[in-house]
Amino acid sequence: MLLEAREISFGYKKGYHILNNISFAAESSERVGIVAPSGFGKTTLCKILAGYSKPSNGQVLLDGEDVYGMKGYHPVQMIWQHPETSVNPRLRLKETIAEGDQIEQRIINALGIEHDWLNRFPGELSGGELQRFCIARALGQRTRFLIADEISTMLDMITQAQIWSFLLEETEKRKLGLIVVTHNTALAEKVCTRIQILTK
Amino acid sequence: MSQKELLKVENLSVSFTGYERGFRQIDLQVIENLNVTVKKGEMVAVVGASGSGKSLLAHTLLGILPPNSTACGNIYFEGELLNAQKINQLRGKEIAFVPQSVTYLDPLKKVGSQVRKDKKVIESYRKQQELFSFYDLPAKTDNLYPFELSGGMARRVFLSAAMMETPKLIVADEPTPGLHLEAAKNSLKHFREFADKGGGVLLITHDIELALEVSDRIAVFYAGTTVEEAFASDFQSENLLRHPYTKALWRALPQNGFAPTPGVQPYVKDKPQGCVYAPRCSVYSSKCNSKIPMQTIRNGSVLCACAK
Amino acid sequence: MTDITILQQYKKPRLNQRHKTLIYFIFAVVLLLCIAISGSLMGEIAITTRSDAKNLLPSMAHPFGTDWLGRDMLARTLKGLSISIVIGILASVISAILAGILGVLAASFGKKTDAVIEFLINVVLGIPHLLLLLLISYALGKGMFGVVIAVAVSHWPMLARVIRGEVLAIKEAPYVKIAKKLGQHNLKIARKHMLPHIFPQFLVGFILLFPHAVLHEAALTFLGFGLKPEQPGIGIILSESMKYLSLGMWWLAVFPGLALLSTVLLFDLMGSSLRSLIDPHSANK
Repeated sequence: MLLEAREISFGYKKGYHILNNISFAAESSERVGIVAPSGFGKTTLCKILAGYSKPSNGQVLLDGEDVYGMKGYHPVQMIWQHPETSVNPRLRLKETIAEGDQIEQRIINALGIEHDWLNRFPGELSGGELQRFCIARALGQRTRFLIADEISTMLDMITQAQIWSFLLEETEKRKLGLIVVTHNTALAEKVCTRIQILTK
Repeated sequence: MSQKELLKVENLSVSFTGYERGFRQIDLQVIENLNVTVKKGEMVAVVGASGSGKSLLAHTLLGILPPNSTACGNIYFEGELLNAQKINQLRGKEIAFVPQSVTYLDPLKKVGSQVRKDKKVIESYRKQQELFSFYDLPAKTDNLYPFELSGGMARRVFLSAAMMETPKLIVADEPTPGLHLEAAKNSLKHFREFADKGGGVLLITHDIELALEVSDRIAVFYAGTTVEEAFASDFQSENLLRHPYTKALWRALPQNGFAPTPGVQPYVKDKPQGCVYAPRCSVYSSKCNSKIPMQTIRNGSVLCACAK
Repeated sequence: MTDITILQQYKKPRLNQRHKTLIYFIFAVVLLLCIAISGSLMGEIAITTRSDAKNLLPSMAHPFGTDWLGRDMLARTLKGLSISIVIGILASVISAILAGILGVLAASFGKKTDAVIEFLINVVLGIPHLLLLLLISYALGKGMFGVVIAVAVSHWPMLARVIRGEVLAIKEAPYVKIAKKLGQHNLKIARKHMLPHIFPQFLVGFILLFPHAVLHEAALTFLGFGLKPEQPGIGIILSESMKYLSLGMWWLAVFPGLALLSTVLLFDLMGSSLRSLIDPHSANK
């Protein structure tokens, strides 16, 4: 599958754009690093790629189909920077994980998610534990692309290393496309097969 | 040696009283046996994963813990043992705080008057203007509201506010969120200058790469406990480090192989008795199940029964 | 080990805060129920006139005294309060439902709907409160019906704004957006994520509408634009007693007035204790 961003721009006000004319394409077997400085609008870009927001200009296409407005399970899944806001604090994790596709036990084990966690509320887990959970949740059978929006900046080095080595293996195995949006060039070089650097 | 010690935190513990679902109250021991020392002219970084208790250390030092918490421990400032009252006296004067984001400023008041703490005397104005120009803040910053500041400007405004009274110690809690290494290093140069002039800086961060670049010593926190206090230079080689967790951190650095160590930092309720790192430790033995004393090895301290 | 300095000590109260709040809540509910029930049982006594017991000062037999027709003021006050409570409940239920519907509509159906509802809110808030109440009640022929509708129609805007804000906020919550991308149906998201978030706010808002409704009902009636004299609401009692105040019969106004005040405060206590039970910000105190 091919995920393609065609000259996308984004702005809340007319004439003032946060993102300007960004284009790139990624195959679902690739790991593409998008490196941009702080304050670039990385989260906005991720939301557009994952079909959460509609770009002011341009389109994001998945095999020719516009990702914005796709119904049902979305083949392009995004993992957010802050896991605390990505899960409903009122629901136990098992209720949250049941929202998407069935997640293979293999993935849950590989991420070190203990069965007991699923009976808990998000407030009873640490940030690192929650982020593992969010990664597992995004890896349903129908997922083709993963967009990672600075998913490890708030975590300690060991957890970062754990998460990335897992994602490398998993994307390799399932031929998933991985788009790593980060400010950290070293990380992108370590993880990705190809890097695109965006500047203002 | 102790002459030069500016801040010494000994056996600090912090617990929270909260509610389980419903009406049952429980105590959560979030911090236990926390130790850290800052000498004059030194920049000490406190590193640890989120949930390791590093922000609570800052809040304790400033006396701004939430009301449902209990804190005890011996904190010495310039050799003097502090109590709650003295902490409140020192806050903002000899101990200054540089917070993470503009949300710590009053959104409805202009930056200038917040930095002057509403004082309307000539000296305050002069001092504030001097500080703004020292930190390369344009003169008009005075009249801006907090939301008009960029992240970098906010940081320098916080620094100016901290310097209004001549502090001896600056406590900075994640002052460079989301900045890449070069920019973060650059923005911390003022802290370095402050330390070089004989002040003390306690830098709280989760970013160990940054901590290694700018600070003299590193205190490693894990699950609410100090597991090691090491020199930044110790991180040049795994063998110089003392605690298995610090070694695992070292191996996880990109330049050292980015190697993952399995396991997670336990959530407060799941903390083991004895050594907090025991469930993940490769050299675990039965003696790790009892209380472990802090020991000094190669001028650094470590909380591990088998460290060499 | 050396001595340890205690830097901050959280003193656990003997009853924890949540138990306390729950007790307040139950206390308020029980007392209000007692007033309402005893009031409706007092119907007979409240209208019994006794020529041998006119204008009596408060005493053991008549704790609130008696009026110029020899009616027991305690019975009249309770009866009046129970009428006021019923009207208050009716008016706040209608008002809260109105607020809920309009708030959700404003947040869910695009900019135009939002603008129309915001305009409505501003119109209602812009007209002086009492004037609006008077106009509506008068236009609807006063009486119970007029008062209930007048209070209901004038009290929804604040709660509607709160609900609108909450719906907008929850719509933007990442976990709601993620649920959608995981293929969850809109209705299911509304039920699982949005309702549980909004309902507590709604409930608290609804209870806090009570005191306003009761006070405004009394005010309307006092001014003669509300209940008819044959429905002895607390407002009627107060306005009638005005004529006798100059004769030195202070108890006719003081006790019913205090009773009204404490009823209103009880509702307020009920609302705010409920809020601190379900509001996450004060959850750990």
